[in-house]
Amino acid sequence: MNTGPSAVIELADAAFGYGERPVVSDVTLSIAPGEVVAVLGPNGSGKSTLVKGILGLADQFAGQVRLFGVPRAEFREHPRLGYVPQRHTLSGTVRATVTEVVATGRLSRQRWFGRFSGTDATHVERALSLVGLADRERVDVADLSGGQQRRVLIARALAGEPEVLVMDEPTAGVDAANQHVLAEVLARLVAEGLTILVVTHELAAFADLVTRVIVVDNGHIQFDGPAPEFNDRRQDVLHDHDFHHHDHELTAPARQVVPRSVEVPRPGRRRG
Amino acid sequence: MADMLALDFMQRAFLAALLVGAVAPLVGVFLVQRRLALIGDGMGHVALAGVAVGVLTGSSPVWAALIAALVAAVVVELIRTSGHSQGDVALAIIFYGGIAASVVIISASPKGTPGTLTAYLFGAITTVTQSDLWIFGALTALILVTFALLRWRLFAVASDEEYARSAGLPVLPLNLALAALTAVTVVVSMRIVGLLLISALMIVPNAAAQVLGRSFRSALFWAVGIGVLSAVGGVGISYAANTPSGGTIVLLAIGCYLAAAVGSALIGRARRSAHLEAEKHGHEHGPGCGHEAIPHDDHVDYVHDGHRHAPHLGHYDEHDPDHVHAAGEGDSGGRR
Repeated sequence: MNTGPSAVIELADAAFGYGERPVVSDVTLSIAPGEVVAVLGPNGSGKSTLVKGILGLADQFAGQVRLFGVPRAEFREHPRLGYVPQRHTLSGTVRATVTEVVATGRLSRQRWFGRFSGTDATHVERALSLVGLADRERVDVADLSGGQQRRVLIARALAGEPEVLVMDEPTAGVDAANQHVLAEVLARLVAEGLTILVVTHELAAFADLVTRVIVVDNGHIQFDGPAPEFNDRRQDVLHDHDFHHHDHELTAPARQVVPRSVEVPRPGRRRG
Repeated sequence: MADMLALDFMQRAFLAALLVGAVAPLVGVFLVQRRLALIGDGMGHVALAGVAVGVLTGSSPVWAALIAALVAAVVVELIRTSGHSQGDVALAIIFYGGIAASVVIISASPKGTPGTLTAYLFGAITTVTQSDLWIFGALTALILVTFALLRWRLFAVASDEEYARSAGLPVLPLNLALAALTAVTVVVSMRIVGLLLISALMIVPNAAAQVLGRSFRSALFWAVGIGVLSAVGGVGISYAANTPSGGTIVLLAIGCYLAAAVGSALIGRARRSAHLEAEKHGHEHGPGCGHEAIPHDDHVDYVHDGHRHAPHLGHYDEHDPDHVHAAGEGDSGGRR
């Protein structure tokens, strides 16, 4: 599905990892503009490594990565790809206001000798209002709640005017009220026409928005298909305790996976 | 005061103090941000070896120290970036190697004894020469220009290196630039503050500024103010009380930090007792949240079931329902 030159992200037989060892391998996928893709999978499955590989933050061992049709090594238009890392806290060592952190999202669009311009300020304000933090712009980020800090990170990515937003676990450790706000923020971004790739544990929060689901397990893509198909087959596809579907592990007819307990350490197991 | 300023060496000492007091905190803030508060200390150790070589060969100790510190800065950063498991030990070897070499080298010099190094270690106001001052002035200008150009990029890399890399910022060159800035700052400070104490002038004013400032930017202004006050004040006291300038400067900076910390704790306590936290609710107020928003001084209140909630830190404060607001009353409390 969605192959061709119009793809914003294209992987062919790609393998990513750290140091000596790939964590995910044989990844072939193509993401078209406007898709909202959820990457699911248990802890240590390699789903974070997959998105980090796409972003160039993990080592690439094999295959090809093309961003907006350009091979990863030659890709220079970094602002087109906004990244929201998985972080529980923002730097608490020095003071930094919400605006100051979000403004760093403009740096990739600024020249070395350029000053922070009115255009930059407009995009920072716009990003803050998209995530619902326009009223906190002068607050020290360290004083915000975890969910609010997560939205600051989203705003930072948005400030760079990305066409694709890559988010790593935006809801992890966020309370229910803030998860709700995050889902609203995401709906606003989808309405803006952004292509979104979100690594998550909790599909429920974004269930209405996601158009496509990719399940990563044990370093391989286990499922890749439209969200409705995933919903029909989710009990076959998921078998990890994160999803509370132990009871249905053995019912998968196609794409059979060998059931095993996630408590058993696996080779290549790695956080994220 | 007037007679102190009439002395040539004191004029030079005050000028050198002004330069180092202004730039040391500007560089130090990124070291604080990256949790590398002690790295300047290590570079001082290596710079001391450069000083000893300068004394031995009869060349300028300032230039020799600059070269030693710059080389150390680059090597240290590359070791850190490599993430090698023995990296920490490698740094220790470099730093102590520097100070050990300096003591041995200086004793080989006909003019020097290990005692010669004391002035470089702890600072001495009488030692700033006219040519030192020119070098310090040029190096300070270099630091200021680099800072002005790179400050937000250095901020971005220090606060979230992974994000900075994803955004295409040149992370390693920026980190090397910061290491070089640190090395240059160490050298600018070697006469007045001393190589053993320079790290303190990079870090302590920032520690105080973090208490006083409300943003990265405003904290920087505080840090530079405290840095200049400590350095210039320390030189003055050093003359009057006949104490080593470095130690006097650093004690003054620590005094500023303690005053800031104690003062803010007292104010914080007074404010806490005066503010009322709203009931816990599982709702995030924000623009378009459905509750009436009332802009109020520097924040926005939300009307929730007939009472006003003001965002404060991670929770909400309760405003008195029939509370009429006077400008600058700041009842949202605490630091915001």
